[in-house]
Amino acid sequence: MASNPQLNRHGELHHLLSIDGLPRPVVERILTTADSFINIAEREVKNVPLLRGKSVFNLFFENSTRTRTTFEIAARRLSADVFNLDITRSSTAKGESLLDTIDNLTAMQADMFVVRHATSGAPYLIARHASESAPHVHVINAGDGRHAHPTQGLLDMYTIRHYKKDFSNLTVAIVGDILHSRVARSDIHALTTLGVPDVRAVGPLTLLPAGLEQMGVRVFTKLDEGIRGADVIIMLRLQNERMRGALLPSAQEYFAHYGLTPERLAHAKPGAIVMHPGPMNRGVEIDSRVADGSAAVILPQVTFGIAVRMAVMSIVASSARMQ
Amino acid sequence: MNVAIVNGRIVDPASAHDAQGGLYIANGRIAGIGRAPEGFRADRTLEARGAVVAPGLVDLCARLREPGSEGALKVEMRAALAGGVTGVVCPPDTDPPLDEPGLVRMLRQRSREAAGARTYPLGALTVQLKGEVLAEIQTLAETGCVAFMQTRSLPHDNGSLLQAMRYARTFNLPLWLRPVEDTLAGSGVAAAGPVAGRLGLPSIPVVAETVALHTIFELQRATGARVHVCRLSSAAGVELVRRAKAEGLPVTADVAIHHVHLIDVDIGYFDPNFRLDPPLRSQRDREAIVAGLADGTIDAICSDHAPLSLEEKLLPFGEAEPGATALETLLPLTLKWATENRIALPAALAKVTSRAAEILGEDTGRLALGAKADVVVFDPEAHWRVTPENLRSAGKCTPYAGYELQGRARFTLVGGDVRHEAE
Repeated sequence: MASNPQLNRHGELHHLLSIDGLPRPVVERILTTADSFINIAEREVKNVPLLRGKSVFNLFFENSTRTRTTFEIAARRLSADVFNLDITRSSTAKGESLLDTIDNLTAMQADMFVVRHATSGAPYLIARHASESAPHVHVINAGDGRHAHPTQGLLDMYTIRHYKKDFSNLTVAIVGDILHSRVARSDIHALTTLGVPDVRAVGPLTLLPAGLEQMGVRVFTKLDEGIRGADVIIMLRLQNERMRGALLPSAQEYFAHYGLTPERLAHAKPGAIVMHPGPMNRGVEIDSRVADGSAAVILPQVTFGIAVRMAVMSIVASSARMQ
Repeated sequence: MNVAIVNGRIVDPASAHDAQGGLYIANGRIAGIGRAPEGFRADRTLEARGAVVAPGLVDLCARLREPGSEGALKVEMRAALAGGVTGVVCPPDTDPPLDEPGLVRMLRQRSREAAGARTYPLGALTVQLKGEVLAEIQTLAETGCVAFMQTRSLPHDNGSLLQAMRYARTFNLPLWLRPVEDTLAGSGVAAAGPVAGRLGLPSIPVVAETVALHTIFELQRATGARVHVCRLSSAAGVELVRRAKAEGLPVTADVAIHHVHLIDVDIGYFDPNFRLDPPLRSQRDREAIVAGLADGTIDAICSDHAPLSLEEKLLPFGEAEPGATALETLLPLTLKWATENRIALPAALAKVTSRAAEILGEDTGRLALGAKADVVVFDPEAHWRVTPENLRSAGKCTPYAGYELQGRARFTLVGGDVRHEAE
């Protein structure tokens, strides 16, 4: 098998494509670096010059205004020049291939690509190509298919560390549509990398992928059992198109069995926190009383997300070129 | 023209003949094995010292992109010959599909002009391969189609498949079927399991294969149709074929050479060269395929050659066309399988020569007196690296890119005509 395409030959993080395969010190360094950016947001002048003169291209082959905005804010606070390309409507619609698009943008002196793509693995193709044709270019995966959303996974770890301090004795339950969730996969890899002893996946069998056990996850089909004694509950968004069909009969039935209500939350450990990658479907995966309650840390997640993305961008930008 | 191939190790899988000697060819047919027939005078003598002289390979699945791509067939024929392949079964998933006699005639015509390997066209079982309306299979058979195939998956409608089997049975025509139940395979791009789970790739469960096999066998029991099962991929699938054979159903089966060597873990970081159809499955499945080859459950190994362009292949894993260039790696990878599993050379070569020819019902794939002189002379020890420059096929995408393989054709003869000589 090929060597880890995210690391250069000095073992430095050159691209961020997935948390799967990242050494623990690399993950810890991102979290520590993010600490230093948290305070910046509270200053009068929110910018630091770490990426001054660098061009960051947001390549969103799949729409996501929220994620794109958080990357844009992070890059601007690092003083980078940011360019947003809505690829869904431009070049690929004209038949240009993915790698042609990349070559074109590289020729415009891009330094970093932030890539969102509907197909699992697309950022790997881009990173492999860039490593050959433009070894100075960095690729950050902003979500690919069902595969990974590593910055979301990292900001979730940042949030957990903020509230729980230590990973080594935690029980974390991830609830909902694990099968289609890149967030779930990134969270699972991040949690196991950081040494969380009890990682659980909770959902109906139609929404649980094969091989969770091999990823170090305990599988539960009943919500009450899955969150019993949990320190952290990560609720996943149920996509609209999955609410009715072969996988689930209805949003109502889903809520009845997997929706997080205050009554259900009582099964978790006292002081447990509830996270959600957003945007939430209130009344589908989460009850408003929980979403707005004291256990929810959903808005701090968003704030931490900026600092974590700044950390990732500044770390990859400081790595040596790929070859 | 008389050809003598001298000083080689003559291996005929069909008769288990394996001895040093010469092979003598007259009028395109084999005239002497071991020793020359009386009064034989060679017009050309080929030196085979250190080499194996065997029947040319009969590949049960190689796409020549004819019709579909102007001039492609000629190029792929060079690749076939360089790979020691003298017989190529062309599946009907061309553009347009091989569902009418004119297209089949054109393919045969172009194939003769190319002076490459023999072609054995498979007709489309259904019009446009849509799985709905039966193609004119008896007419196609008269035009030269050796069997009838539904590519990709079984017809969507079991009623159509039942009637197709009845109709084919009427004329005693064999059906070649991919054991894939499309409603279960869905839009999957990798085998269901830990690898697809981890990579977040839409997956194809094993039941897509086993349900299809159960359907095929049950309909065979009802109709008596002959079926060749194409491209097994799973341990459970191999076991079902084993039981069907034990029961006496008229069934044969093949596997693509990829599935003899590779597993889903080899996908690594989304390498699109490992995007294949059927998808690569687990190590356990691979071991079952190897065992199925050893005990005869799986009759033949094919290349499943697809000369895909970089434009078709250099895409995110799930968007890349499935398939790989494979005509030129079939022989060395068959030898590698034999070496790794301590399988005697004649038994190994049978999977790509005599057994494959028997499935076709063709009088090739063996070195018998009077048989067509389709012969490969290959160096079993010759090392070569799989690089774009070393491949004659227009397709350069292969999971074996960069591999060092052993075994390469020195001479390839079709009907006694020397059509390939190694440089």
